[in-house]
Amino acid sequence: MDILLAIAIMALGAVVLGAALGFASIKFKVEGDPLVEKIEAILPQTQCGQCGYPGCKPYAEAIAKGECDINLCPPGGMEGVQRLADLLGREVKALEAEEKPKQVAIIDENTCIGCTLCIQACPVDAIVGAAKQMHTIIAQQCTGCELCLPPCPVECIHMEVIPETLDNWKWKFPVIEIKSAPAKEAA
Amino acid sequence: MLNKLFKFYGGVKPPSNKTLSNALPIVQAPLPSRLVVPLHQSIGGMPRPVVQAGERVLKGQLIGQADGWLSAAVHAPTSGTVLEVAMHVRPHVSGLDSLCVVIEPDGQDEWIAHGPPDIATMSPADICNYLQQHGVVGLGGAGFPTHGKLTATPAVPMAELIINAAECEPYITCDDLLMRERADDIVRGIAVFRDMLKPQSVIIGVEDNKPEAIAAMRAAVDAQNEAFSVVAVPTLYPAGGAKQLIRVLTGKEVPGSMRSTADMGVQVFNVGTAYAAWRAIGHGEPLISRIVTLTGNVRQAHNVEALIGTPMNELLQLAQPHPDTDGIIMGGPMMGFLVPNESAPIVKTSNCLIAHSERLFPPKAPEMPCIRCGACARACPHELQPFELYWHARAKDFGKTQQYNIFDCIECGCCSFVCPSRIPLVQYFRFAKSEIWAREREKKAADEAKTRFEFKQFREEREKTEKAEKLAKAAAAQAAKKAAEAAAAAAAAGDAGDAPVADKAPDVAVDPAQAAKKAAIEAAMARAKAQREAAQVKNTDDLTPEQAKAMADIEARRQQAGIAEPATTTETKPE
Repeated sequence: MDILLAIAIMALGAVVLGAALGFASIKFKVEGDPLVEKIEAILPQTQCGQCGYPGCKPYAEAIAKGECDINLCPPGGMEGVQRLADLLGREVKALEAEEKPKQVAIIDENTCIGCTLCIQACPVDAIVGAAKQMHTIIAQQCTGCELCLPPCPVECIHMEVIPETLDNWKWKFPVIEIKSAPAKEAA
Repeated sequence: MLNKLFKFYGGVKPPSNKTLSNALPIVQAPLPSRLVVPLHQSIGGMPRPVVQAGERVLKGQLIGQADGWLSAAVHAPTSGTVLEVAMHVRPHVSGLDSLCVVIEPDGQDEWIAHGPPDIATMSPADICNYLQQHGVVGLGGAGFPTHGKLTATPAVPMAELIINAAECEPYITCDDLLMRERADDIVRGIAVFRDMLKPQSVIIGVEDNKPEAIAAMRAAVDAQNEAFSVVAVPTLYPAGGAKQLIRVLTGKEVPGSMRSTADMGVQVFNVGTAYAAWRAIGHGEPLISRIVTLTGNVRQAHNVEALIGTPMNELLQLAQPHPDTDGIIMGGPMMGFLVPNESAPIVKTSNCLIAHSERLFPPKAPEMPCIRCGACARACPHELQPFELYWHARAKDFGKTQQYNIFDCIECGCCSFVCPSRIPLVQYFRFAKSEIWAREREKKAADEAKTRFEFKQFREEREKTEKAEKLAKAAAAQAAKKAAEAAAAAAAAGDAGDAPVADKAPDVAVDPAQAAKKAAIEAAMARAKAQREAAQVKNTDDLTPEQAKAMADIEARRQQAGIAEPATTTETKPE
């Protein structure tokens, strides 16, 4: 008899807890994949496709699924790789491509023929212009992704490194200057 | 009147070295060979240049128009010719350039017509505007436009107006000499601030190592029958920090998160700012010169009244620097910096030039590891824990530095001063702060890029569905038309039932094939039209008659100019 009671109590407990868990899984269901969002927050959102994925979000999804490495994003730099490694508990790897300084695209407005091909290529709509009208780049919106370079039929777009000005100047990490010690006389 | 004084936490007592330069009176500096006036001299927007190269300017003439509310105008310091408006080095740690107006003085020092305004008829907003137009900014160091501090926060009664004359940095004596020699104008300037802010009391805080200045200020206050109290505060660096001075004089503690002390009914102005405000309001003179202490490794340390834009190396020559001088420190030894380029000009916030030499400032021995002694935490006037901040800043763990309130750090340098391991703590904090700001900018840019990218995708998707819908509609219309035609043909065939069957048969046989071909062509044309419509700009649809006329005019002109066909213009010429 006792054993039946024990089984009944355990069974009842299992049912109650199972119901609670089932309810919680419906009630507190998380929309989307929070990991993808966290990865996306680390990525630089240049939408350049240098990782081989059409944008930062597909790359984030691929990383979350474990389909690809975390070192494919050159604009994110080594620091981005480091932060992804910290987030995902993966090993830090050297960046696949070279790290470049931040750039901005410039259209040579004398050469532009107004073909709108770069406008269609720009992932962030940072190019203004219309058919047969001169185009120009909104420098503040340009992510420096270089996607507008290949479609241009007259090669009037070039990249320029953003110069250091008083607005974006940063204090440098204090480094200890190593100076040669004064030559000691032999005792 | 006796004031109860309070104490702030921490602080240090570096050797003050003020007697070097406070014995001689203020001297008017001679006109330099040329003046390089940076347009951006205060916190806030970059003033726009309003003069051009070759133009003759008069002393006090506007050369930079204030840009936006938080910005102050810039004026020509003397009469002369504008040589250029170009990028020149600014007195900044980075040694980077900014837009400057270069003036060659003509030696006549000819004033533009100026005079005091009728202050009785001016509203507070007018006075704020007047001070902005006369380029009055805080002369204590940060260069905050003065008019931005002259409005009390609504619903917070202004309790104390504090005039900061503590001048706690070693070596600097410009405020000391200003108070000794020009106390009357200072007191009048303070009265203007008092009339604007209507505080319950006005306190002038002076460090007790300046007895002559205190006496001069008291005499001036008594002579003008003002109810200002001149209070001697104990000499302790950094008593001249705004938050420290508020603490010492009123006992009020400014919360770290508070953006403006006006929110707690206290406002602080530098004593030099009060003087500059009176020069503007009482005499109509914009801020074109300031008192600069020339000291350090020099034969004759003293204070000069120098025009804004005077090159530093030229100005320092007046104090006859010793031959072993190897640099110029702008500001004091605690918070100042060695200017990377000695031809940088004096700006509104340059209070002191110290000739640097290894004898005076021996090179620091190498940095040693932190031994966790806690001396920095005992010295920090903001009760921060510099050693914690140091570890996290060094490890580039910026989130942690923010948890330890790095933005409450005023970079006074007390922690570096007391550190037995000679760690340049302030440099680490400045590095961490500017990294955090840069990251915030980057994050903002990334978020914006993301929303723009997502919107572009959404728009492309929408355009695709719209096009598909249009095509489907056209195809449906085509099918309906075809069906109607077929029905009509069938009806015609029915009507012509009595006609010979032999004649009719080939017609019927040809018709469906032709109809199918025709339908296919029409569908293709409809698709092409839809595509064209989708690709074409839509802003010429509903124009006003004027716009239509303007466009027709332009077309006519283009015809005349022979560029009617844009296609021909893009053709390259045969070589």
